[in-house]
Amino acid sequence: MSDKSVVKSGSNLERVLSSGHFAVTCECGPPKGADVEHLEKKIALVKGCVDAANVTDNQTAVVRMSSIAASYILVKNGVEPVMQMVTRDRNRIAAQSDLFGAYALGIRNMLCLTGDHQTFGNHPKSKNVFDIDSLQLLDVVRTIRDSGVVNSGDPVQGGVKMFLGAAANPFADPFEFRVIRLAKKIDAGADFVQTQCIYDMNRFREFMKMACDMGLDRKCYILAGLTPLKSAGMAAYMNKNVAGISIPDEIIKRIRGVAKTEQAEEGIRLLLEQIQEVREIPGVAGVHIMAIEWEERVKEITERAGLLPRPRF
Amino acid sequence: MIVADPKPFLQVKGYLEDFQKVLVVGCGTCTTVCLSGGEAEVQILASGLRIAFGKDGRKKTILEGCVQRQCDLEFIVPVLSQVEAEGIDAVVSLACGVGVNFLADRLGNIPIFPGLDTTFYGANMQQGLWAEMCAGCGSCIVAYTGGICPVARCSKHLLNGPCGGSEKGKCEVDPKNIDCVWQLIYDRLKRLGRLEDLRNLLPAKDWSTASDGGVRRSAREQLYDVK
Repeated sequence: MSDKSVVKSGSNLERVLSSGHFAVTCECGPPKGADVEHLEKKIALVKGCVDAANVTDNQTAVVRMSSIAASYILVKNGVEPVMQMVTRDRNRIAAQSDLFGAYALGIRNMLCLTGDHQTFGNHPKSKNVFDIDSLQLLDVVRTIRDSGVVNSGDPVQGGVKMFLGAAANPFADPFEFRVIRLAKKIDAGADFVQTQCIYDMNRFREFMKMACDMGLDRKCYILAGLTPLKSAGMAAYMNKNVAGISIPDEIIKRIRGVAKTEQAEEGIRLLLEQIQEVREIPGVAGVHIMAIEWEERVKEITERAGLLPRPRF
Repeated sequence: MIVADPKPFLQVKGYLEDFQKVLVVGCGTCTTVCLSGGEAEVQILASGLRIAFGKDGRKKTILEGCVQRQCDLEFIVPVLSQVEAEGIDAVVSLACGVGVNFLADRLGNIPIFPGLDTTFYGANMQQGLWAEMCAGCGSCIVAYTGGICPVARCSKHLLNGPCGGSEKGKCEVDPKNIDCVWQLIYDRLKRLGRLEDLRNLLPAKDWSTASDGGVRRSAREQLYDVK
């Protein structure tokens, strides 16, 4: 069971959250190759605007630079990473080994995921692993951190202290199980969660009320996930094609209602309103801004939302 | 039952280019029931091969046979005798992979080729349709999941509830054809008044009883001396 009063890793993100600040995280997707320069450009765009940046792990099952290596490049460039790790591609042996390696390289936040199924990516003929699921990965890493033993019970040499995150999707089905699943993730070791992109604010409010009624906000920091819409086309595409994401018609109509050249700005205005809305929802401890391949707007978004400057420790 | 699908005809024909006298042998159990490897399918494949090789101007002898079970010694002994007595120089098996292996281990220097792709342990859903139900993992957990198996029926083999890709009861991997098994489990446990079963974390599973633990055997002590 996660306990907010105990310091987990002392990461910047943990300090921001535990000191009561409204946290801001974003995403920094690694390149589809070893192009460090490309990654460093992205890092420079978000530096100083966020408390930590998620480094995705072969997201949508498309091969990219490993999240551990990319996270280390973030550390070197002065942006704290939230290293994502999926269980799709590694069994418990590889997961624990990679955890040790990541910690040795200075990574202090880790987000435990199952990962998108490989049929969605660029290697649909590959074999998946799924030795453990995301909850079991949380359990394994939490046990290493708090009890100093690997999954088999063997002792770990030296401490491995990670601030542990998980994802939550309030919009997938069955809806009533979503909060129970969040509770299970907290029991398994989640210190913070980042939600799937929120567009249906009423459903998110309902989800948060259920979470707070169960006292989950007192055990775990809940960051609201938001993705700015670049165009009406993107909104319609996501609504139709991404499972677990539903975009209300009025939002699609709103973006479609302005000239094409103005749609990106309208998307940002909507995002700024969403940031204000989630700030007022009880139990929300921060925002996770997933500006997919739009890192150049993160500074402007955080500035206009009044989220800058970020607290320094 | 074990479900298997026919291999593409030209692939099977390709295996047989170098052989003159071929026995196509079916299996009277699972692959008969799933309409891919019984007597009728043996006749169809053998006729097709005769016609196709004939069109190529190549005369081959294609013999037909079918036994009750290719996975039991008493039933395959006649096949082994026939191969030897009639000078057959290749065998095509329309059993599941078990039958192919069992025969291969006993066919000496005679090659055997699979006529089917073995797919899964499944049930007959409706006429002509089968679906996967069990993964043979060697340590059954369905006591906790309402009798419904997430190892076999969740695309990610998740043990602690549905991922974010569950929508309207369907799995994002193929919403037209795959139910989200966690929706099925949730609905069933709700009907049984046992939703609290889902609240407990199922820890990392022991896969050593599955094929991950090495090739498996199963012994009955009353019949087989385990020592």
